[in-house]
Amino acid sequence: MLIGLFSLLACQLAGEVIAHALHLPIPGPVLGIVILFCGLALRHRLTGSDPTDARSAIGSTSDTLLRNLGLLFVPAGAGIIQSIGLVASNGIAIGVALAGSTLLTLIATVATFRLVRRLSGGDRA
Amino acid sequence: MNAVSTVPDEASIFALWVYLAQSPLLWLTITVGVFLIAQQLARLSGYRPIVNPVLISIVATASILALTHTDYRIYFAGAQFVHFLLGPATVALGVPLYRNRRLVISALLPIVTSLITGAVVAILSAVWLSTLLGAPHALTLALAPKSVTAGIAMGIAQQIGADPTLTAVFVISTGIFGAIIVTPLMNALGIKDFAARGFAAGLASHGIGTARAFQVDDVAGAFAGLAMALNGLATALLAPVVLRWFM
Repeated sequence: MLIGLFSLLACQLAGEVIAHALHLPIPGPVLGIVILFCGLALRHRLTGSDPTDARSAIGSTSDTLLRNLGLLFVPAGAGIIQSIGLVASNGIAIGVALAGSTLLTLIATVATFRLVRRLSGGDRA
Repeated sequence: MNAVSTVPDEASIFALWVYLAQSPLLWLTITVGVFLIAQQLARLSGYRPIVNPVLISIVATASILALTHTDYRIYFAGAQFVHFLLGPATVALGVPLYRNRRLVISALLPIVTSLITGAVVAILSAVWLSTLLGAPHALTLALAPKSVTAGIAMGIAQQIGADPTLTAVFVISTGIFGAIIVTPLMNALGIKDFAARGFAAGLASHGIGTARAFQVDDVAGAFAGLAMALNGLATALLAPVVLRWFM
C-alpha cells in the first residue's frame, strides 16, 4: 500500500519538477502518467512479471484510488456554495453552454473514433 | 469525557460543535461519510446513471455547509486531504493504461484523431454557446477548460486568466452531466464499441465520466482514463491558442 502510494507521489513529483524546470505547458500529473507507464514497462522487462497485477502494491493502490475517484471531486464541487450567486444569475446561459457543449463533445468524439477505426480497418476488436 | 457525568446542557453541546466545526477532522469525516452513503444509494439503484454518487455527495455536503453557516474555507481545510489525492489518482491512470496497452496501440489512430476533434469541440462549443447566450466574459473564460479533470483544469484557468474555483464548479457540473447522459446517449446512437464509448466519456467528462465508465465496463474505464489524461494535455496546449483566436 505504502509502496504503491509512494510510487504515485514520486511520479507526480517528478512530473511537476520536469514541467516546471523545462517550462513545459504540460500538467505535472499528465507527465507523471508517462513516467509511471515507462517505469512499469521497465520493471516488467527486468523482472518478467506484470507489475500491475491486482495484488501488487502499485496495482492495488491504483485500483483503490480509481474505484473511488468520484469522492476526490466532492471538496472542489462543494465550492459551488461560494459562487452560487454568480452562477444562479447566469443559470440558463451556463446550463445550456455546459450541457450543449458536453453533448457536442461526446458526439464529436465518439463519431470520430468510430469513423477512423472503421476507415483504418482496426475494427476486429 | 468521564468528567461530564450529567446530561450535557445546550451550551456545552454548542461549545463542542464550535470546537469540532473548526477542526479538519469533522469535515473530512463528513466528506467521506456522505460519499459512502451516496455510493450505497448508487449500488442500491443498480448504478442507474441519474443516481450519481458525486452529485448526491456535493448537494448533500453543500446543503450541510449552508445549513450550518460554515465557511467554505473552513470546510476545505478538512476536505483538502481528499482533494489532494486528485493528483496521485490522475497518475494512477497509468496502471489501467499499462494493462490495456495492446488495446490502446491497436486503436492509436482513432485515439489521436478523436482526441484532437473532441478537445477543440469541447473548448469552442462551450465558449461559443456561452458568448451567444450573453454570459459575462469571466464566466465564459472559466467554462473553456470544463471538460478537463479538476486538478489540471484549475491550472489551465490560472493560465488563461479565469477564476480557478469557478472553473472547478463547471468542471464538476460537466463531469456529472456527462456521466449521467453518456450511457443513454451512446445506447441511443447505437454505439456498442466500449473503447469508443469510454473514450468519449473520459474526454468530455474527465474523472467523473471515467468513474462512470468503470461502473459499466473495464475496457470503457481504461479508455476513459486514457482520454481524461490525454485531454488534460491537449486542452492545456490548445486552450490558450483557441481562446486567443476566438475571443
